[in-house]
Amino acid sequence: MTQPVLAFRDLTLGYDRHPAVHHLTGDVARGSLTAVVGPNGSGKSTLMKGIVGVLAPLGGQVGVAPGTRIAYLAQQSEIDRTFPARVIDLVRLGLWGKRGLLGRYDAADHANCRKALQAVGLDGFQDRPLDTLSGGQLQRALFARVLVQDADLILLDEPFNAIDVNTVADLVALIRLWHGEKRTILVVAHDLDLVRRHFPETLILSRRKVAWGPTLDVLIPENLARARNFDEAWSDDAPWCEPDHVHGGPDHVHGGPDHGHSHDHHDGHARHEHPRPAGAPAHGHGSGRGGR
Amino acid sequence: MIDFLVSPFIEFAFMQRALLGAVLLSISSCPVGVFLMLRRMSLAGDAMAHAILPGAAIGFLLYGLAIVPMTIGGLIAGAVVALGAGAVSRFTLQKEDASLAAFYLISLALGVMIVSLRGSSVDLMHVLFGTVLALNDDALTLIGAICAITLVTLAVLWRGLVAECLDPLFLRSVSRIGTVVHFAFLALVVLNLVGGFQALGTLLSVGLMMLPAAAARFWTARVGPMCVLAVAIGLASSLSGLLLSYHAALPSGPAIVLSAGAAYLLSILFGTRGLMAVRSRHRHKAA
Repeated sequence: MTQPVLAFRDLTLGYDRHPAVHHLTGDVARGSLTAVVGPNGSGKSTLMKGIVGVLAPLGGQVGVAPGTRIAYLAQQSEIDRTFPARVIDLVRLGLWGKRGLLGRYDAADHANCRKALQAVGLDGFQDRPLDTLSGGQLQRALFARVLVQDADLILLDEPFNAIDVNTVADLVALIRLWHGEKRTILVVAHDLDLVRRHFPETLILSRRKVAWGPTLDVLIPENLARARNFDEAWSDDAPWCEPDHVHGGPDHVHGGPDHGHSHDHHDGHARHEHPRPAGAPAHGHGSGRGGR
Repeated sequence: MIDFLVSPFIEFAFMQRALLGAVLLSISSCPVGVFLMLRRMSLAGDAMAHAILPGAAIGFLLYGLAIVPMTIGGLIAGAVVALGAGAVSRFTLQKEDASLAAFYLISLALGVMIVSLRGSSVDLMHVLFGTVLALNDDALTLIGAICAITLVTLAVLWRGLVAECLDPLFLRSVSRIGTVVHFAFLALVVLNLVGGFQALGTLLSVGLMMLPAAAARFWTARVGPMCVLAVAIGLASSLSGLLLSYHAALPSGPAIVLSAGAAYLLSILFGTRGLMAVRSRHRHKAA
């Protein structure tokens, strides 16, 4: 196989030193189409931000193959829809990678943007102000921008949220088209039926990696239950996650601060206890937490 | 009528200077105001205007009413507050509005304190409200330079500014220029407020920046035309303010800002995206 487009090595991402993605290791193969699923707060969006470089890792690495062009579509709420811009202005942002701050758009660029709008079913919408678009139309416009970006690696964060059935079908068709063009695609999604139907690979996240592989092998009740039961809370009293701890193995469960093993905050130094040796079976958690 | 409009500017050199200063300021600060408004930082402009005060006041304390030291002082104070507040909001949990409020309140109190150390209340009035009718060559040169810097910077950063306002996360995903754009823009805000400070004072210079921008918002749904329109409203307000102040013997700075205020109120009512237009949409189209 060729070199992976993306490689996570013991990757920890988070905010204010609290991990949101914890010790993730794995590769994303070139040309793969992967769904990233997991409950709210499980680190899916954080992972996307880490890949695109908006968020620096707290530990470990994200390796992106050199020369990879990345297109990142954040959740819709990140966009200021009241900004006085037209649909075409939004789509043209996709030319940034090619033209940057000052490069002039040439005739081919304009033709590309027009074609992208046609491809997402927004022909004739180019001069419409953004604030007149429906949620579905805005998402189509954002997909047009991804098209214009012409990227090797495409990251879509919850593209199907609050989108009607027809639009989802069209957007999925576009994603499958990109897949056919050997682009690498990661999509954060919640609709598991949709994932089963259209996504060959799935990564289940619940802060740590729960499972990653062929969708039908991964999306099994046991894994989903484990993903659901993760502990969303983080605590200021959590001990430091020790750097010398060995994190390895695809299904290794890390006995981190949120897994409830004993720790006395007031003993003067943070201890990090491992309820079991590294590489322990995947279903184990730290002691002291019942009723899972 | 022609006489009413033109003769003050033909007969009096100070009126010509005042008009030139106001025109340059409008061209320069109105587009900056548009982006401030679109970034929901309208009040940040106000805060920044206060923030200039202690720097200008220290210049005043050391050198009296001289333009160069007061300008340099104002720039330094403005830069400290803009960078400080920008850094606090970008690198800590606190949002820009709160950090700016904290910084500018400290600045304002400090400024008033420093001016009163030496000056009278007349001096304080001058620093707070400016004297557009007493612009000297130095002041006009300064305003002209600021105008040129602003226009060039806006032209260069335009695409980045639009991207940073519209979809900042996207910009960060394709470029590291967002932070540069952010701070360059804050620098423009400070620069224009310092320029306006000579003519309109620290408190009113933000009026010429924000009111035309806020008025223009009610007429168009595109950024470029909005900036042009804001400049036009700024120019009209400057002209009518100066004439008003000349013929009715009113203070010139407030007259200019009130003219812009009138344009804003009229725009709310009659703008194509204003109240009347929205109210009259009882008739709707078939599709």
